[in-house]
This record gives sequence, C-alpha cells and structure tokens, in this order.
Amino acid sequence: MNAFGFPLLSLMLAVPMAGAVACLFSGASTARMIALVATLIDLALGVVLWMNFDQGMTAPQWQFQEYAPIFGRFAWAMGIDGIALLLIALTVFLMPICILASWEAIQKRVGEYMAAFLFMEVLMIGVFAAQDLFLFYIFFEAGLIPMYLIIGIWGGVNRIYASYKFFLYTLLGSVLMLIAMLWMAREAGTTDIPTLMAYNFDPHVQTWLWLAFFASFAVKMPMWPVHTWLPDAHVQAPTAGSVILAGVLLKMGGYGFIRFSLPMFPDASAEFAWLVFALSMVAVVYTSLVALVQQDMKKLIAYSSVAHMAIVTVGLFAFNQAGIEGAMMVMLGHGLVSGALFLCVGVIYDRLHTREIDRYGGLSINMPQYAILFMLFTMASVGLPGTSNFVGEFLSLMGVYEASSWVAIICTTGIILGAAYMLYLYRRICYGEQKNADAAAMPDLTMREIVMLVPIALGVLWMGIYPESFLAPMRADVQAVVARLAPAKPEGDAHLAMGTAKPVAEEHHATDHETAAGEAH
Amino acid sequence: MIETASLLMTMPELLLTGAGLILLMVATFGGDNSARLVGWLAVAALAVAGWSLCGLPSTGGEAFDGLYRADAFGAFAKVLIYVAAAVSIVIAPRFFATGNSGIGGAIRAEYPVLIIFATVGMGLMVSAGDMLTLYVGLELNSLAAYVLASFMRQDGRSAEAGLKYFVLGALASGILLYGISLLYGFTGSTSYTGIATAMADGLSNGELFGLVFVLAALAFKISAVPFHMWTPDVYEGAPTPVTAFFASAPKVAAMGLLVRVSMEAMGSALTSWQQIVIFVALASILFGAVAAIGQSNIKRLLAYSSINNVGFALVGLAAGTAEGVAAVMSYLAIYVVMTLGSFLCVLQMRDADGNPVEDIASLAGLSQSRKGLAAAFAIFMFSLAGIPPLMGFWAKFLVFDAAVAAGLTGLAVFGIAASVIGAFYYLKIIKTIYFDEPAGEYAPAGSTLESALIAVSAAIIVLGYLLNPLLDATSKAAAAAL
Repeated sequence: MNAFGFPLLSLMLAVPMAGAVACLFSGASTARMIALVATLIDLALGVVLWMNFDQGMTAPQWQFQEYAPIFGRFAWAMGIDGIALLLIALTVFLMPICILASWEAIQKRVGEYMAAFLFMEVLMIGVFAAQDLFLFYIFFEAGLIPMYLIIGIWGGVNRIYASYKFFLYTLLGSVLMLIAMLWMAREAGTTDIPTLMAYNFDPHVQTWLWLAFFASFAVKMPMWPVHTWLPDAHVQAPTAGSVILAGVLLKMGGYGFIRFSLPMFPDASAEFAWLVFALSMVAVVYTSLVALVQQDMKKLIAYSSVAHMAIVTVGLFAFNQAGIEGAMMVMLGHGLVSGALFLCVGVIYDRLHTREIDRYGGLSINMPQYAILFMLFTMASVGLPGTSNFVGEFLSLMGVYEASSWVAIICTTGIILGAAYMLYLYRRICYGEQKNADAAAMPDLTMREIVMLVPIALGVLWMGIYPESFLAPMRADVQAVVARLAPAKPEGDAHLAMGTAKPVAEEHHATDHETAAGEAH
Repeated sequence: MIETASLLMTMPELLLTGAGLILLMVATFGGDNSARLVGWLAVAALAVAGWSLCGLPSTGGEAFDGLYRADAFGAFAKVLIYVAAAVSIVIAPRFFATGNSGIGGAIRAEYPVLIIFATVGMGLMVSAGDMLTLYVGLELNSLAAYVLASFMRQDGRSAEAGLKYFVLGALASGILLYGISLLYGFTGSTSYTGIATAMADGLSNGELFGLVFVLAALAFKISAVPFHMWTPDVYEGAPTPVTAFFASAPKVAAMGLLVRVSMEAMGSALTSWQQIVIFVALASILFGAVAAIGQSNIKRLLAYSSINNVGFALVGLAAGTAEGVAAVMSYLAIYVVMTLGSFLCVLQMRDADGNPVEDIASLAGLSQSRKGLAAAFAIFMFSLAGIPPLMGFWAKFLVFDAAVAAGLTGLAVFGIAASVIGAFYYLKIIKTIYFDEPAGEYAPAGSTLESALIAVSAAIIVLGYLLNPLLDATSKAAAAAL
C-alpha cells in the first residue's frame, strides 16, 4: 500500500473503466466529455503517483503495492518501480491528447470509440502496474481487442486487412509466451513477478523460455523481420490510434524485455545478445532506407519507429547502466515524438484527407505555427541535442559501444539516415513552392490542436534539457537489472582493447585509467 | 436397506424419469396446446433434480453394487447438463412458433419430454460405474437426440440431419459394444473397477483393442476428429434450439463419460490411451480451426468451433492427472456458457419478416442496428477465440496449464499455436458485425427472456474471473472423486 492508505493504482484503472462503460451508453458529445474528463483525472492521478514516488536510493524498489488474491490461481497484484512509473506517466500524458485528437475527426459511433480508448488506457496502465505474471498476460493480450476494433471500425480504406494482420501477428507471438509463463509458474511455484525476477532458472531451459518471450516482445516491439504489421496498422488506424500504438503499445515490448527477458533469463539474454544486435542492425539500416522512399507520411513515420525501436533493443542488450537507461529514454522520447508526429500528420490529414506527401508543399507559408511545431518534432526525431531523443540515443549508443563497437557504429548510421528521411519529409511538406492550391489554402492550427501539441513540445524539451527528472526515478531499478545481469554479462570488445593497451600497475593509476576510459567513451 | 440408499443416490435420475413419464401423459392428452406448460414443468423438474444433487447423489459413492456412482464428478457434470437442457427448453417455443410457417408450425409438446429423457440418459452416462450402465445411458440419450434432430419433419435438412445422425450414431454404438465385449472378454468384467484391476498388471492385446474401440466410439460422441464428420451436417440441419442443446449438454455428458472411463477404468493404461488422446486433441484443434474458415453458415461454423473446443478440452484429459480432469471440467463449464450464449445470439438472427437466417453475411453491420446483440456476439466470439480478459481464455489456460504440469509441453505449444488459426474465423464474424456496412434490416429483439439469458451469459463471460475460486474448488472436488 502507499502513503494514502488506498489503492491508487487500482483507482487509476477504475476511473477510465467506469468512463468506458459510461461512454457506451452516451451520445456523441457526452461521450467526448466523459472521455476527456476521465483521462484528465487519470493524468492528475498520475501526477500524484509521481509526486509520491520515493526516488531515494534507499527507497524500496516496489512501491504502491496492492495484493488481493481474488482470482484463485492468480492474484490482483499491483505495484510499480521507476521504470513502470515512467511508462504509466507516458500513458496518462498521451491519453487526453488522443481524446482531443479524435474530437472532430471521429464523427460516427463516438461512444464506442471513446469506450475503446478508455478501455485501452485501463489495459496499458494495467500492463505496467501488474505484478502477477498472469495478470500481466491478461492485460497484455486484452489490448488486442480494443485496438482491433479501433483499426477495423474507424480505420482507413484497407483497414480490415490491417486489423487482421495486427491481431493475428501479435496473438501468435504472445501465445508461446503463455506456455513459457505456465512452465515458469510451475517451476518457481509462484506467479509473483518480483520473486520470479530473482529466481534462477536452469540455463538450458532459459534458452527456450527466452525464445518464447522473445517471440512475443519482438513482434510487439516490433523488430525486423516481424515488423511488417506495424506500417499497415499505422497507416490504416485513425490518428489517435496511431498515437497510442506508437506512443505506448510498442513500449510494451521494450518493457517486457526489461521486466522479463533480462532479469529472469540473464544467461539466455547474454547468449542471444548477438541475435538481438544482428536484427537491430538490419532494422536500423534497412527500415531507415525504406522510410526514405515512402510516399505516405504515416508509413514513413511507422518505419522510423521500427528504426528507433532497434536503438532501444541494442541499448537493452548492452547489459550496462548507460545502455538500459538510454533505451528507456528512447522509449519515452519516442513515445512523445512519434505520437506528436502522427498528430502533425493528423492535423493536415483532417484538412486535406490525404497522407500522400506530394499533395502538400510550402505549408510554412500558410501554416507557420504548424511548421514551427512540426520542425521541433522533426528535430527531436532526428535526435538533435536539447531534445528528448538525443539523450536516449546518445546513452543507448554509448552503452552499446562498450559492448560492441561494430554494433554502435552501424546503429549510429541510423541517426544519419534518420536525419535524411525526416528532413527530406519536412522539406517536401513545409518548404518549397505551394504547388497545390488546396494545400496552400489550409488554415493554421486551431486552439484545440495547439493544446494538443504544445504540451508534447514542452515535454520533449524538458526531457532534452533536464533529463535528470526522468533518469532519477529509474536509476536504482536499472542498477538492480544491471546487477542481476552482471554474472552473465558477455565480455565487451571495448574493454578488451583498453585492457591490453594500458596494463594497470598501481591503485591510483587504476583510478586514473578508469576516468580516462570514461572520457574516451 | 442397501437398495434404499441406492435409490436415494440415483434420485436425480428417478425424479427426471418420473417427471418425463408424467409430462408425456400431459403432452399426449393435452395436445400441442400444452407445449408451453409442459416446457415450464420440465424446467421445474430439472431445477428440482439439480437441487436434489445437493445431498446423497453427490456424496453417496457406489450405488447398485457399483453400477452407478454418486459422486462430485457426476454432480458437477449434471449441473452443467441440467442448465443446458433447461435453456434449450425455454428457447424453443419462440423458434418453432414464429417464422417457420410451412416447415414446423408451433412447438410440439413432445419436445421438452424428449429433452428430459435425453437428460436422464446423460445423467446415467456421467455417473456410470459399469460399461453396461454407460451403454444404456448413452443409448437413451442418443435415441432422444435422433428424434430431436429431425424434429422439423417437413424440413428436408432436419430430416436428413436426423437420419444421418441415426445411421452414424448406430455405427458408433456398434463400435462401442464391440469394444465393451472385447474388454469383457479379456478382463472378465464390465465394471470400471474390475477392468481397472485387470489392466493393472499390464495391457494385453485384446484389452488394447477393446480400449481403442471404446475410445473411438466415445470420440464419435464428442465429435472429435477423425469421427467428427456428422457434426456440421447435424448441427446445420437440426432446429437451432436443438443444435444449442447438442452443442452443450451431450458434449458435457460425453466428455464426462470419456474422462471417467479413461481415468477410472483405464487409468493404469494411461500411456496407451494418452497418445490416442493427444492425437485426437491436436487433430480436432487443427481441423476444427481450418475447416471453419470457409464456412458461410453460422451454425456450421459453430459446429466446427465445437470440434475445435473438444480438442482443447481433450488436452486436459491428455495430461492424465487429477489437475487435468479439473481443467477439463472447468473447460466444459465455461464452454457451455459460451456456446449457449452464441446459439442464443444465433436465435436472434431473423430478417425483417421474422424468418430465421443463418448466413454469416446477414450479420453485416449488426453493430449499428442492434448494439447490445452485437456486443454480446462479439464477447462470445472473442471468448471462444480465447482472448483475455474473457473467460474463454481461462478455459484454455487451465487445460494448457495441466498439460504443461504433466510434462506435455510440446502438445501445449502446438495446441496453443493452432488456436491462433481458430482465432481467425471468430474474428471474421466480429469483422462482419462491426466493420461491414449494414446489409439488411434485422427484426427487433423479440423476447425479453432470451435477451436476459444472453445478458447473463455475457456477464459471466466478462466477469467470470471473480467466480474462479468457486470454479477451482468445485472442479477440484469433482476431479478428486475419480
């Protein structure tokens, strides 16, 4: 329990759940208001959660814990550490923006739409807060239902294909994880996630368990080559659906790696790090090149998401503090930036009803406010210092450089390619001649759109300028993961080179050397 | 005195037999006008029989020198059977009364009586302690079922369904009797305990043959691949309330019977029948999923879905442990609710004139004309596909958990991967309901009773996790009784 003496996390689930039920039985305008109020209450609760989260190094790892064994075989067990806190914060921050983004764009079956989104929020918070293995699985899997409906009912022309692909792809990935979970719960005799994180599974079995979890998280992440559902789902989903998909749902894969794969199967994680690195390197280069030739704005951003997520996976499997913290920062930053980019696409899509890049041009002339915000998010996506993504990508690549310099070198090309496709996109949309009359006649941002985009812009700058606010809550938790991984940590090539170059003779030399090594990185 | 105790233990069957005979008289003299009265009296009889389960019939042990077992396992299965039978009775009058001009007319008063007799047979099936009790129960159930399948006599499809069911069912009965005779010949006993004792010292070839024949016949009754071929035709042809009945109660009875025979009579030959059950389970899961994809008739699709579900339930049996048995029983409980809910939704499918339609395509855009019905339909379909947080997931969870605990990880992996194929056709229905443009008008909701039943089933499927402790306790008690 917590300082308040009441289950705050359950309340954060109950508010949108109640809102969802109410929306089902409401008319369009009432449903919009209910959804907005419910998500804002959750945002306020999220702020309360963060303010009361003890970030000190002596603080308990798991806070706000709740436990109610009401389901027989598994329990309603909730609780968060810093990693979960940040992802919950991201969720509750993006949700009101999603509701605002759908305010005018969604005109048919509004009640059901808002209910689906609120239900989605319940499940997303649940995934990050669950402390019981099967409760986690239920939240994780149940997300398929509202997302399937959101893509299928309110999506674009080819929505049915996209919704099937999304559903079946992710389902196939997840069911194998369920079998692995069943085995683990048998073996360890508990479904409690913190206990399982400290349980030492037999290294031979770890291999299989790791692969089963990998099947699920790699699809969710998504990693190359199982990323193909993502561009389809993004392109067909309504704007808010894309925001939530890119902003939060993809992070479930990364969260899964941090929460399950790494601490529960450290040996197998070390064993398969090469696989993750290889897939990620391909993803960074390949999907960046694919993004470069896209004609569809949403598709371009979707492919860029795959490339960014690859930076997350290399950071996670670097097995060190910088890598994992960097991966978390990329996830948070990407959650904000890709969400904002999809919103930017949505803004002009609502005006012209096309996502084709060639149909726009010279928008900085008639939509200056839009062009400024879009520019900020483009730069953030590229990873310009001062924005959120820079911090994450820098830390992540620094971490992986320690593990393998080749991986770091190849993945860094992703930053360059990223700059290429993002700036190219920005030039074609905002600069140049106003070659299309209808695009040139589009009005600038409305108040509602400014209210949507400005908070994200502030968040992006905050993360870029003072990342300590976001690093502090998770530092101890990442240290715990790193400590857990330490026995299995593979030898990195960077260390090898250093070791042979300057053999250590005395103690104070060693200190000097370490400082030097730190600077070299 | 022993006889009195035996009679008390068989109280549910005695009550239902008596009620069935009396209601038959009422039906004969009252004619078809008394159909509704007979129906409600039959439901009352089922309720009383269910209530009588609370005492000796669920704890008594052996009755009639081991011919009959009154234990928690039988009681658990009977509760499900009685509920399914009662629902099948109350949904019938409206189906027969409206929109079937020319092929059915009003409901005939024999309908509830036949269901009652089938229920008596099913009660005997799950409580049998002897191969001959088993056979008598099975035949009593089957004969009533053949008539029910062809209940709309003027309808060609219904008559065909009845005939097909009869011919293939008779074949299966023959196989079963042959298997029983082999077992009797090689073990010297028809009682489960006698067979178990004889098999304990290793399995002779003759016993193995008998076991295979008995399992084959029972696989026919639960419509498991490769003995499933009658199912789609019978389900499609039979009147919808009867199909709902076939898909729920007899499935529970036959699965209960199979579990009891496998665990009690042939428990020592686990390794021999385990491979058969594993094969049948995987084949059913895979075939039920793949064959359903091309269906355009909702009842046919649900028939394949039931084949698919039987496969999952068999995964629990394949584990061969008490936990596996508990998982099978929980699976059946959840399956009955999902199936009855789905068929109740199918019953609501009527065109603007009130005529029943069975085309999946006619469901297009249902979410815009009948929101509640569409939501319920979607809940049942997602649940059948095994997506959490709906109860259908929990059913699959339990059987796979039992399989993993028994070391059958390979079976669990293949089974659950195949469940993704099954998810595809359930999604297809949801897609039709929610994504497609409205096709044609549907008749408005006609019956408060049916709507209430749908609402209750949907609520159980959504909120069922809160019932988990109860389900765990009762299914464990049922499994412990074997």
